[in-house]
Amino acid sequence: MEKKYFTRMGDGSMVYMTEEEIKADIQLGMEDAILRGKVDPLTEEETQKLYDIVTMSGIIVGVEPGMQVVSSNDSGSDKISTKCGIPVTRDVNAMIHERVLGADSVDIGNSDYNYKTVKGIAKREATILKQALRNTTMPLFYGAMPNLGFYTKPDGPVENWAVLLPEGRIKEALQAQEDAVVHAVNDITYVAKQMADVGADGFQLDTSGAAGDADFLAALLACEKITKNNPELKVEIGAAGEFVLGMHGKLKYDDQIIAGLYPHKQVKLVEKAGASIFGAVVNTNCNMSFPWNIARVITFIKACTDVAQIPVHANAGMGVNGIPMCENLPSDVSSRADKALIEIGKVDGL
Amino acid sequence: MGGARTAGDMVMRLQLDKKMKINEAKAYVAEKLGVTLEELVDVVTMSELREDLGIGLAHVEPCAEANMGMEAKFKIAEILDIKINSVEKFKKRAGIK
Repeated sequence: MEKKYFTRMGDGSMVYMTEEEIKADIQLGMEDAILRGKVDPLTEEETQKLYDIVTMSGIIVGVEPGMQVVSSNDSGSDKISTKCGIPVTRDVNAMIHERVLGADSVDIGNSDYNYKTVKGIAKREATILKQALRNTTMPLFYGAMPNLGFYTKPDGPVENWAVLLPEGRIKEALQAQEDAVVHAVNDITYVAKQMADVGADGFQLDTSGAAGDADFLAALLACEKITKNNPELKVEIGAAGEFVLGMHGKLKYDDQIIAGLYPHKQVKLVEKAGASIFGAVVNTNCNMSFPWNIARVITFIKACTDVAQIPVHANAGMGVNGIPMCENLPSDVSSRADKALIEIGKVDGL
Repeated sequence: MGGARTAGDMVMRLQLDKKMKINEAKAYVAEKLGVTLEELVDVVTMSELREDLGIGLAHVEPCAEANMGMEAKFKIAEILDIKINSVEKFKKRAGIK
């Protein structure tokens, strides 16, 4: 009977596949990325290495010596309290990340992780960050999402484009998104100034593009202003997905239509906006195997790192970049995804 | 990379501050610390070196007199020849030139 290798589906469920099945899925995953992103294929050597990573023995696998990379986070210092329900303050959380978990950096963020919420309590948030900065050695970010959807009525100031669009009120829907961008940029830059004033090392614009191209534009414009007004504060822009949704469709940055951009094009706008780090994302397909997903991911990510002038940190959390879509992540395929992202995808961090 | 257990925190600083890719950032930090790239990611070598240089540790006991937090960042900024925002703000508010 032909040997079958243990791996997983994109939703994390276990599956056993033969060499032929794994290689076929690697090929199909890569072809999907090439078709959608119009990017170059992996070389034969790279696809063989990917196969070796998928099938290598051991539960947890690691990178080759010398290929270690650094890590950044989103809502990192809130994970222990919010995700695990362990009541520790965020400054203590940051120290745990530094001295227990060996993190290279972490961000302080509100459990309601968006800048609209944070604006009203920005000085209080800055006080927590200041306390953490006194006690930690590693770089600390403040982090949240632009999250443009929060600016819509009834609890926000602008009309809800998701309601207007199905009603055929296109002009109003476009205007609402443009108005929301202005509000978001004002809120984000206000918060950034408070964090710069207490000594933050970095500022995380996480899950940018979650509400579409206007959301991504808000992150770019805010980054541009922060790096100009507070150059001591360095910005990381993390993407929401592999493809910027065209909820508006006509918005441009640097003469480039934002809607429809894949990571290798997103990173060029992020660079132009002045960010120090780009957090690249490729979505995980729950219905496809890990070999299919990771081949697709690495094809997109390698195209991104090939053209990037700034460090690229691949988002390696639930449901993105080959990591399964499940709450408790299996270290078998997660460590394989990390190894592939670093050794073949050439990322500068996770 | 292991953060303060090795030199991950400092490599991360170079990525943020100078937009250096991973290999360039590692080489910069290794050169400033006078270690090889292999030593840069070695927890034993780096723990001893970090204690000697006063640039922060991941362990406190038995190093009660070792630098941690702000005082370690003063030393890191000097050794890596970079500005650290929290150090600059601390100096300004404490009236340190």
